Amino acid sequence: MSTLATTSKSSWRELLRYSGWIIAGLVVVASIIGYLSNAQVTTSMLASTLRQSTPLILGALCGLLCERTGVVNIGIEGQMLFSAFIGFLANVYTGNLVIAVAAAILAGMLVGGLHAFMAVYLKMDQIIAGTVINILALGLTGFFYTAGLTTEGKLQPINLGPLADLPLVGPVLFNNPPITYMAIILVFVMHYVLFFTQWGLRTRAVGEHPSAADTVGINVNRMRYINVIIAGGIAGLAGGFLTLEAVGSFERAMTNGRGFVALAVMIFGKWTPFGAWGAALLFGFASALQTQLQFIGTIEIPHQFIGMLPYVLTIVVLAGLVGRSRPPAAVGKPYETD
Amino acid sequence: MTTKTPTEPGQERLKQFLLAAAIPITAVLLAALIGAILLILSGADPIAAYSALIKGSFGSERAFGRTLEKATPLILGGLAVAFAFKGGLFNIGGQGQLLFGAIIAGALGFGISGLPFVIHMPLALLGGALAGALYATISGALKAFTGAHEVITTIMLNFIAINITDFLANGVWKDTSGIVARTPAILETAAIPRLGTNMPLGFFIAAFIAFLVWYLLFRTTLGFEIRTVGLNNHAAHYAGITVARITILTMGISGFLAGMGGAIETLGVVGRFQPGFNVGLGFDGITIALLARTNPLAVIPAAILIGAMQGGASQMQFDAKVSFEIIDVIQALILFFVSAEMIVRYILRIRADQGGSVTLSTGWGQG
Repeated sequence: MSTLATTSKSSWRELLRYSGWIIAGLVVVASIIGYLSNAQVTTSMLASTLRQSTPLILGALCGLLCERTGVVNIGIEGQMLFSAFIGFLANVYTGNLVIAVAAAILAGMLVGGLHAFMAVYLKMDQIIAGTVINILALGLTGFFYTAGLTTEGKLQPINLGPLADLPLVGPVLFNNPPITYMAIILVFVMHYVLFFTQWGLRTRAVGEHPSAADTVGINVNRMRYINVIIAGGIAGLAGGFLTLEAVGSFERAMTNGRGFVALAVMIFGKWTPFGAWGAALLFGFASALQTQLQFIGTIEIPHQFIGMLPYVLTIVVLAGLVGRSRPPAAVGKPYETD
Repeated sequence: MTTKTPTEPGQERLKQFLLAAAIPITAVLLAALIGAILLILSGADPIAAYSALIKGSFGSERAFGRTLEKATPLILGGLAVAFAFKGGLFNIGGQGQLLFGAIIAGALGFGISGLPFVIHMPLALLGGALAGALYATISGALKAFTGAHEVITTIMLNFIAINITDFLANGVWKDTSGIVARTPAILETAAIPRLGTNMPLGFFIAAFIAFLVWYLLFRTTLGFEIRTVGLNNHAAHYAGITVARITILTMGISGFLAGMGGAIETLGVVGRFQPGFNVGLGFDGITIALLARTNPLAVIPAAILIGAMQGGASQMQFDAKVSFEIIDVIQALILFFVSAEMIVRYILRIRADQGGSVTLSTGWGQG
């Protein structure tokens, strides 16, 4: 009896281990079937999924870098909003999109620095620190925003030559604006840095067992400062995506909870970049479906219920998964030497 | 705690009280100072702005009544957050609970007729509060049974509540006599009246609730259990407290308070439910709870302060041509300085063991 239980348990574990690949395989099969039955809708759905997932994966990468280093960041929403605003202003006043993207990233790093200051130096409750950032960003952007500012334009898709001519894959993957490409590249970079470099090893050590890391000579607080500031830059890129690539203009509170959804994405992805990417694509798909349903308009569902979809999905994901995925051990605790 | 020169116990308590009050007061002054700098940067005159703000909030009996009116839902919103903090939970979903409280109170207020005031008004008020309680219980149960962190679930529930109340105000409960998406006006028997010409009765109800919350937390067994879970849920578990039960109850009561905040706003101020009318009240609750250092009685003056800022904001916009969003910035700065006690303690030269401190929530890890 007991042996049977162990075998079935371990085979389940084996299945879980490859669940990412299984889901990916199913998605590929489903897309091909979809493409063969209705090429246009499938292509636009998948392209929209990728675009909707971009701010989520960037936000989640910000969150996971912070948490891997031991700092909870629920201020991603505020970081995104503030940098979206600064990027927009830079675009308005310089008309140069490269400068605007850089400004958004710098703004994100600045807010990340504030978060690190509160979490590491002031040893504030980190959830409160994040809340301070969210409320401050909402207030500052609201106060300094004046209606009627216009911009020269927004980031346009870059066509990657022959790759973009491939059926289905081409228009979905190889004909995107720059921040979408950067988000995809960052997933790979983050994976490499976290798991294959000395910096990543140290970052994870600081997040799991800061006193052990301190014993071997790693400067815990310095690691946390730098990682939280870099993570802020990534959230800044997400903010830049909103005003410089997706919409082209700024609106009050335009982040609409994406920063918090990104946290659910991070948890769903078990604090790994590829896991988070998969989760972000799932949420992106929910948003794309929402837009598609509203667009068709044949199904009699009130738009408010379609609009709730990503938020309901977040709760379901959290409820189903939080117990099973483990956060870094030292997350949320300021490091104090005795 | 032995002192060489024994002081009168009353004097000692007064000293403790002043030390405890010094930190939030300094935080408010620092926030006002930085707010003034921002005003100068944006080309406005901070002295003119602040004096217009004070004139608009305390300058006349009418202004003071408006301040108390604004403070009323803020007391309940602040109590909701403070109460949850005492149980180790961060209820950031006051907004959603408040919306449910507001719309249910509105529906009970226009939907039932023929009841006398003494039954109708309390019924609508408690109905709204219960709606908030039920809504918050979702997050409490998710936390207790699955470990899903309440910060994210309550925020998601905020967005869901906006959609659902919007749907209701546009659909079944829409006021068909107009084109605006809102519920019909509540009946006279459900409205919370004013005392005299300006004093809102709702304020005194809210202040009374603050006393009840204080009593519940510090004078009852349930309150003791809630505070024990808040301080250390493992210790509470070993002491024989069912942590899951307390978590759900804490969240439910917190939602009850937030829901009542929405209900009191509908019944005493707006007179009906209108989408987008009470946005932001949930976040204000966090600032107020921390400004009051999670003490239910201190929530009353903290809410009056924030209420005064909001009540005087339109006067400030009118007199000094300053956009009222500066109030949001100052509120965020207050929140920053209250939570960044280290800065304030440094300025006031208060040692860490003086003036008391508050324990708040922890990270995701705590099961």
